[in-house]
Amino acid sequence: MKTEKLRSLEEENLALDFSNLDADPGPAFPLNRREFLKLVGGGIIIVATARCSQAQEGGRRRGQPLPEDFNAFLRIGEDGKVTGYTGKIEMGQGVITSLAQMLADELDVPYDSVQMVMGDTAVCPWDRGTFGSMTTRFFGPPFRAAAAEAKAVLVELASEKLGVPKEKLKTKDGSVYEVEGSRKVAYGDLTKGKKILRHLKGVPVETFTDFEVVGKPEIRRDGVDKVSGRAQFAGDIKAPGMVCARILRPPAHGAKLTSVDTSGAKQMDGVEVVQQGDLVAVLHADPEVAEAALGKIKAEFDQPKPYADDKTIFEHLLKVASAGEVVAEGGNLAEGRKAADFVVDETYLNSYVAHSPMEPHTAFANIEGNKLIIQASTQTPFPLQEAAASLLGMPSTNVRVITPFVGGGFGGKSAIRQALEAARLAKLTGKPVQVAWTRAEEFFYDTFRPAAVVKIKAGVTKAGLLTYWDYGVYFAGGRGSEQFYDIPHHRTMSYGSGWTAPEGAHPFATGPWRAPANNTNTHARESHIDMLASKAGVDPIEFRLKNLKDARMRSVLQAAAKQFGWKPGKSPSGRGLGVACGTDVGTVVAHIAEVAVDNKTGHIQVKRVVCAQEMGLCVNPEGARIQMEGCITMGLGYALTEELKFTGGDIHDRNFDTYTIPRFSWLPKIETVILDAKDKPAQGGGEPAVICMGAVVANAVYDATGVRLLQLPMTPERVKAGLSRA
Amino acid sequence: MKETLRFKLNGKPVSLEVDPGRKLLWVLRYDLKLTGSKYGCGEALCGACTVILDRQAVRSCSVEMKEVAGKEITTIEGLEQNGKLHPLQEAFVQHDALQCGYCTPGMIMNAYGLLLNNPRPTRSQIVEQMDGNLCRCGAHMRIVAAIETAARQMGGSAR
Repeated sequence: MKTEKLRSLEEENLALDFSNLDADPGPAFPLNRREFLKLVGGGIIIVATARCSQAQEGGRRRGQPLPEDFNAFLRIGEDGKVTGYTGKIEMGQGVITSLAQMLADELDVPYDSVQMVMGDTAVCPWDRGTFGSMTTRFFGPPFRAAAAEAKAVLVELASEKLGVPKEKLKTKDGSVYEVEGSRKVAYGDLTKGKKILRHLKGVPVETFTDFEVVGKPEIRRDGVDKVSGRAQFAGDIKAPGMVCARILRPPAHGAKLTSVDTSGAKQMDGVEVVQQGDLVAVLHADPEVAEAALGKIKAEFDQPKPYADDKTIFEHLLKVASAGEVVAEGGNLAEGRKAADFVVDETYLNSYVAHSPMEPHTAFANIEGNKLIIQASTQTPFPLQEAAASLLGMPSTNVRVITPFVGGGFGGKSAIRQALEAARLAKLTGKPVQVAWTRAEEFFYDTFRPAAVVKIKAGVTKAGLLTYWDYGVYFAGGRGSEQFYDIPHHRTMSYGSGWTAPEGAHPFATGPWRAPANNTNTHARESHIDMLASKAGVDPIEFRLKNLKDARMRSVLQAAAKQFGWKPGKSPSGRGLGVACGTDVGTVVAHIAEVAVDNKTGHIQVKRVVCAQEMGLCVNPEGARIQMEGCITMGLGYALTEELKFTGGDIHDRNFDTYTIPRFSWLPKIETVILDAKDKPAQGGGEPAVICMGAVVANAVYDATGVRLLQLPMTPERVKAGLSRA
Repeated sequence: MKETLRFKLNGKPVSLEVDPGRKLLWVLRYDLKLTGSKYGCGEALCGACTVILDRQAVRSCSVEMKEVAGKEITTIEGLEQNGKLHPLQEAFVQHDALQCGYCTPGMIMNAYGLLLNNPRPTRSQIVEQMDGNLCRCGAHMRIVAAIETAARQMGGSAR
């Protein structure tokens, strides 16, 4: 167990490309049936196999060995209570509610009789992780199919019990009953004392016309636990004899420990000092004592010469960019340029942005006998199980990861360093260990949204038709760069594949940040489209519609315009109104914003944001709205203030005094519109509405002032600099 | 260096042998097993640890135990009465004024501190009072609405 190993595991975790997953690899089950029954107790077990073949195929393409074992999604207890099992986790995105809705609807049980068990590797189906807005899209269908099959099995059982043909039975509220007649039997009574394993193939799921719970707004089912303080997060887990660890950190990424003196810490009463390779930790039951002990450690580090800072990083990235990959191309760029009456060539810059969940990375780890139990704030319990097993050299079946409520993730908690640290320290000390990162550690070890550059050259005719589009994105990644406007001559290139950049590109770790790459790509594209509309002298919504055949994109633009009460005008109109649209995880969104710009201070106040979204079937309209509001509010941060300050691997922002995230006083009036598309498959809801926030604000600022800001965030300094240039 | 400190916690008298320089948040979370108050920043910058100290909302991560002696503390665990949620808690649930829920106890206690001293706040007073409490999920709009609803229901009294 060497430090190198720990590092390589982290890198492996970070190297997983989460952005382009088009299929969930599907569930697998680490326990055998007997072990499972022991854990979940008696009851009827419904097992599904065939439905997962498509997902398994997706997984195999990615080189994931998937077991041929059975997959379990739900259990019906003798008391009629239903438990749904998912490897997904709840971090605020609300799937604890929407999955329960799906299960209740498909199984025909009361919504309140359903509970969800999430992210527990011992009892939940295998899952790659909760990211990419994949829960509803990819876990939803097999989950619903499992419930449909369960219901069909229950009807069979009822038919046998009541001696009534299946065709004469119906299900409702957790019972099977005779259509004509008075006999009925509750699911719980059917399963009483029995453990039944029965397969039924080809059971269809409900169609949208059958939905009773799905599609109805439900408030969060974890709300009461969370407002009362009872909800448990990783840091709330305690065990007898537990010690809190504080770990010696380098002053900068890339710094090497050259000498360390722990004698001062060792002299402190009850403090345990652990040193193994680069890992130096102090542990004590009281976290404040551990913190004081850390302060007594004297350490020296060799720091590498910084090769970039927050100002020079863009130049550096362009210099080290690899050969690009073609995302899409068509027509002939030279011809398109010739056909243009106006051309606009610009370069857009996006800074590193932190995830900053309110709960820093936290983990509890304990080794009992030959078993390791981890309770962690993580988006990836199953990959964590594998990584911890590998790190400690134990079989993964001896590792159980339990995921309590996660206090925000946004992509950042796909990184599992803190949990591996806890596992390692639990092994070294033989005690239950808590690793709860400080805010400074959270900033230091964040896997930041990568800084990125986008270069666009494009042209338009006097009539307002786009003629060509020459697009290159550097280091953000390709997600969201695909063009949906109708442009005869176009080429989209992606240089440097997002956060999995080669060493020497970024001075610290980068990773997926809510709608990865798409925030950067949509900011650049929609800013550029706005400039072309302005050149052609066409209203920005009319311009987009003129160049768009995509019916879904047109529908959200029109819906947003209607909700806003849009009155056409050429930008800059002085009104401070901006438009942007985009697509992410199968969903389309359009935003309209109104801003006021203080010419003296450079402060931008976003006054109103309207967002229209078409996401296919919307399982929980209430939950979807909250996600849209959250995306809009969070997106104000990367649009207006969020920008990591650093010199090489030395990260200057270590807390919320210098790194500013959105606050109550920023709050615009937010209006959301969800377009009805319940006959279409459900798409992603947790990320799409964040992608337009950079462009919609930039376009509104241009409309207010005539000043075009090409770099995010649009800080007061940049606004003032822009105004003084104008 | 330990001293015996006496104070009232969620309505009950407490006597605790404790280093008076320790921070209230950690004593609550580790010694008294009240984990509703959360660590978010450790420097009174985010409000996740907010509790009420003698009718004022304070950041428990930055309050030393000696400041607590002889005083009365209310934490999120003390807001519920006889198994019934406080109107603020109920309003947060009904407005869906939370997502991950990590900042929620601090939000509710900060709002409670506001209503104790200003039972009928205007919207701008709510925004001003809540501005130091951070929420990364973006539940702000609903939090303001929940506080307004609770204030209305309570009709001028904090309980």
